[in-house]
Amino acid sequence: MPVTPAITDLEQLKAHPAVARLLAWNPASVTGAKFDRDEISIHVDRPFIREACAILRDDPTCALNYLSDLTCVDWFPAEPRFEVIYHLLSIPKKERVRLKVKLDGVSPVVESVTSVWPGANYFEREVFDLFGIRFSGHPYLVRLLMPEDWEGHPLRKDYPVEGYR
Amino acid sequence: MAHLTATPVLEPNQDRTMILNMGPQHPSTHGVLRVLLEIDGETVVRIMPDIGFLHTGIEKTCEAKFYQQVVPLTDRIDYLCPMTNNLCYVLAVEKLLGLQIPPKAQWMRVLMNELTRINSHLVWLGTHAMDIGALTVFLYCFREREEILKLFEAVSGQRMMTSYFRIGGISLEPPLDFFDRVRHFASYFPQKIDEYENLLTGNPIWMMRTKGVARITAEDAIALGASGPTLRGSGVDIDLRRDMPYSGYENFKFKVPVKQEGDVFARYMCRVAELRESIGIVKQALEGMPEGPIKADAPGIVLPDREKMKTQMEALIYHFKIITEGFAVPPGEVYQAVESPRGEMGYYVVSDGTAKPYRVHMRAACLANLQTLPTMCEGGLIADVVAAIGSIDIVLGEIDR
Repeated sequence: MPVTPAITDLEQLKAHPAVARLLAWNPASVTGAKFDRDEISIHVDRPFIREACAILRDDPTCALNYLSDLTCVDWFPAEPRFEVIYHLLSIPKKERVRLKVKLDGVSPVVESVTSVWPGANYFEREVFDLFGIRFSGHPYLVRLLMPEDWEGHPLRKDYPVEGYR
Repeated sequence: MAHLTATPVLEPNQDRTMILNMGPQHPSTHGVLRVLLEIDGETVVRIMPDIGFLHTGIEKTCEAKFYQQVVPLTDRIDYLCPMTNNLCYVLAVEKLLGLQIPPKAQWMRVLMNELTRINSHLVWLGTHAMDIGALTVFLYCFREREEILKLFEAVSGQRMMTSYFRIGGISLEPPLDFFDRVRHFASYFPQKIDEYENLLTGNPIWMMRTKGVARITAEDAIALGASGPTLRGSGVDIDLRRDMPYSGYENFKFKVPVKQEGDVFARYMCRVAELRESIGIVKQALEGMPEGPIKADAPGIVLPDREKMKTQMEALIYHFKIITEGFAVPPGEVYQAVESPRGEMGYYVVSDGTAKPYRVHMRAACLANLQTLPTMCEGGLIADVVAAIGSIDIVLGEIDR
């Protein structure tokens, strides 16, 4: 069965409550959106991510009150290199929204969402540990899984799978 | 929510408090969890979990494997519920491919998934009760778990690392007497749950150790990302099997047990009630098991039958191609979540159009659940830390990956 083509036009996706809410708050915060395989992804500009999360959490029509997952994808050697991915879940509405933030590869920094969801703590520490992305405002940003004296960030694409670094 | 932020560094508060190290080789930490406790006498002032002792870099390994080679890796993440992990991964890849799965394979997946849930809950119940001092329950639980492991062995050839679900279906037809054996198990298992409950539910010692211990409110549990029985024990009514059905769960009728108290006893009651619901789903799956193929009709993706390979040239070619160069998956990304025995197990798979996944991320339910530990334990007694760790049902393989 062929996969239906993705909708990437922001104009067509304006009706989605989460996109509409973010555009109504600040049109500059949304840089794009994609609807693919029944999942909505919203690209949020880097400076707005914490406030966007707080707005989507508190808005009664979106009610995205639960942070399912926070992770990162490395698109090395493309630039901007990193994409931090937030999977939000609405427990009352049973809906999911994916937020994405693009970060450059030289000094990847993004604002922490631990003040919105304290549960982002371990997820952000894991992304810091494995990708080397810094979360400003995180209460305790140290390595989570790797040893404290480890050099390098293993999930980066320029980090070899086997052999010596 | 200032009370939920992590305690950064533990330092003894002059002479009043001391730091106690618990684990990583402590029997009640269910693996290699290390917990740092700042204690004032018997009271826990602050608590900080330390994880990572079992980190094996599975997410990195996945990026170097073909899509079908990742399935055995998913078993090893949460070794108490391997089939749930298999299911979550294959559902994610099937969503990327846009593959339709025949009904019999879906029902087999539901059947095996619920047996896996019972298996996992039995290990939890046995070890949790043993932590608190009820050693008998452990022996009883492992007696029934052994039967489930024999069923797993019959159907997949492996007791624990089953890898039974494959992209496009399931790997093997179940053996001839398999359904009769499951039916027999399903017929006597409810009495065994009564047996466990007789030992624990009304037991005054058990109630003293669990009621009102390690409480967490619904708001805190949601904010900290808890899921599964840890969340439902605090009164949040969500179960992904019912609310966002996958793999044909919409065809099954079951109740979602929810308790309001948010303590260890509430989580215990939720899981025991889930055991009964799961055995109900197993019975429904046995009754309504459809006939038909167990693999999707997708020659380039699903391995051909052994017999066809020996007689048909195309089957041999497809087999050779899948094994040597895998199959390309259309570019895209998918987040697939399933309700594992511990909570929301999620797989985020990114494809760049090649035969190897660009990125596989596992959302471990235990990792988020573990963050509730400080909120549960601070202000309580050291002995209750053991009860709290048992009640959130952690598996370190899943936390560390």
